[in-house]
Amino acid sequence: MSAETTLAHAHGAPLTGAEAEAATVKREVRNRWFLLSPAMLIICGIGIMPLAIIIGYSFMEQGNYAGVKWEFTLESWMNLITERDIFDDTLGWNHAHISIMLRSIGLALMTMVTTLIMGFPTAYFITTRPEGQRNFWLFLIALPFFSNLLVRTFSMMLMLRDDGYINNVLLFLGVIDEPMILIYTNTAVAIGLVFTYLPLMVMPLYASMEKLNFNLVEAGYDLYASRFQVLKRVILPSVKPGIIAGCILVFIPAIGAYVTAKILGGGKNLMIGNLIANQFGTSRDWPLGSAISLFMMIVVMIALIVYVRNSLAEQD
Amino acid sequence: MANPRKNKAFNVRYMPGFTPVTMFCLIWLYAPLIIMMVYAFNSERSVTNMHGFSFRWFEQAAKNTQVQDATILSLQIALVATIIATIAATMAALATTRTKPFKGHAAVYAIINQPLMIPEIVTAVGTLVFFGLIKSATGIHGIGFLMMAHTVFCIPFAYMPIRARLENMDLTYEHAAADLYAPPMKRFWRVTFPLMFPGILAGAMLSFVISFDDVIINLLVAGAGETTLPIYMIGTLRRGLTPEVNAISTVLLGVTFIFVVGFFFLTTNKKK
Repeated sequence: MSAETTLAHAHGAPLTGAEAEAATVKREVRNRWFLLSPAMLIICGIGIMPLAIIIGYSFMEQGNYAGVKWEFTLESWMNLITERDIFDDTLGWNHAHISIMLRSIGLALMTMVTTLIMGFPTAYFITTRPEGQRNFWLFLIALPFFSNLLVRTFSMMLMLRDDGYINNVLLFLGVIDEPMILIYTNTAVAIGLVFTYLPLMVMPLYASMEKLNFNLVEAGYDLYASRFQVLKRVILPSVKPGIIAGCILVFIPAIGAYVTAKILGGGKNLMIGNLIANQFGTSRDWPLGSAISLFMMIVVMIALIVYVRNSLAEQD
Repeated sequence: MANPRKNKAFNVRYMPGFTPVTMFCLIWLYAPLIIMMVYAFNSERSVTNMHGFSFRWFEQAAKNTQVQDATILSLQIALVATIIATIAATMAALATTRTKPFKGHAAVYAIINQPLMIPEIVTAVGTLVFFGLIKSATGIHGIGFLMMAHTVFCIPFAYMPIRARLENMDLTYEHAAADLYAPPMKRFWRVTFPLMFPGILAGAMLSFVISFDDVIINLLVAGAGETTLPIYMIGTLRRGLTPEVNAISTVLLGVTFIFVVGFFFLTTNKKK
């Protein structure tokens, strides 16, 4: 019996059992919604309304200066991947948009795989430290994640510049004769994305590995399994939920990355996030910006559905 | 020749090559930040060639009125967003941990975590348009809009540690208070609140850091003349780099460090 119920009996008017029970349930429900109301109002009012507006705008016509005309059209959804020729009005592929979308999805997937390859050994390393040290190592991984994204991206920019530290060190060591062009390339964006989202991979991996039963690992070795076999047959299956969670957590922000591509991509290596922001800035095509936003949300939703279905399958 | 490994006990936890990869990850994460901080102390106007040691860029940043104004604005936003978000999150955490599973439980979780599920850029442009509509309809302008936008994404970050704290809390004290006929409000303020306070503080610290370090919402939602710290900094990237940006960045990293250390102390080592 919960404390709430006990108390209601102590203070309520002398009621019969059933009536008292009903009154308690009623009060509990009222309390609960009262307590939930501020968070729900703020998030629904200011967090979810913008999404509803974006959905609406994506079906409207572009305004003359900015904004929208209240007329229904599917043009923005068409403009996602196609464009009309200015002269003969024929429909063709919009190669600029398609390449930005493919680049974003490609970069997000690449970031996911690279952070997994780097993050898995790191999470395993933390798991195998003595218990008192684990929080320290975890803190070292988490700290950069909470740091200012602009500061982190800026520090990476200083590394990658033509006169940056990487080039300076390599020139000094005689590895290269003239500076490599790193900044404002796809490589720079990729390096920046991995740098930014690596902690998001390690944290869920660690949470999952922490529960790993090392008796199973030992049993594997007792049965003459090699290190690789133990890794593949024992460890990987047990931490699969952590791997999937980490991949989702990295993929969602990576595909929407804006600051990284803006600073390290130098305006020509755009990602979807920059394309969206441009529609609401210089290009002044709000309906198109809304349609691109929704396209990205659909990609994210697909990723989330894969995740939920996987975790449900895991429970069976 | 004897293999030295043979004499050592076989370590079931060892995996070859994992430690070097971990070290590589840590260097990857920290080298850019540390090098950037070192150059904040450069005596010359260069961000890539170190000359001598000095504090001149810190002084210059501290005396720069634009930096001062931007810092104060960012602090105000973070403070207001943290207070509102922490109160809302505390109430929501109480409602979702102290009751039996109810209809709509999953929906409530989904709504609270909604800001984390949507790419920030989408939230940012949506909020920009939404606030634009309100601003033109009511004629109200001001920093309050940016504060509210920050509050929304601070709520889930404040909610997580508070809820974790409530779930791990021993119910014995609350039961004892109830058995001794303490009225609900008194029971809450004298027993539950002091016990959950470390969680609330942790949630507040996390949302402060998240708000103070936010970039995307700031860049897109801030109105004209609302120059917060990230907006000022991205402006300097365009105007040409001096170690002043390194100095500001170093201070920002220091603030983050203090808050994250505080958060870690409040949320760990408490599981006895």
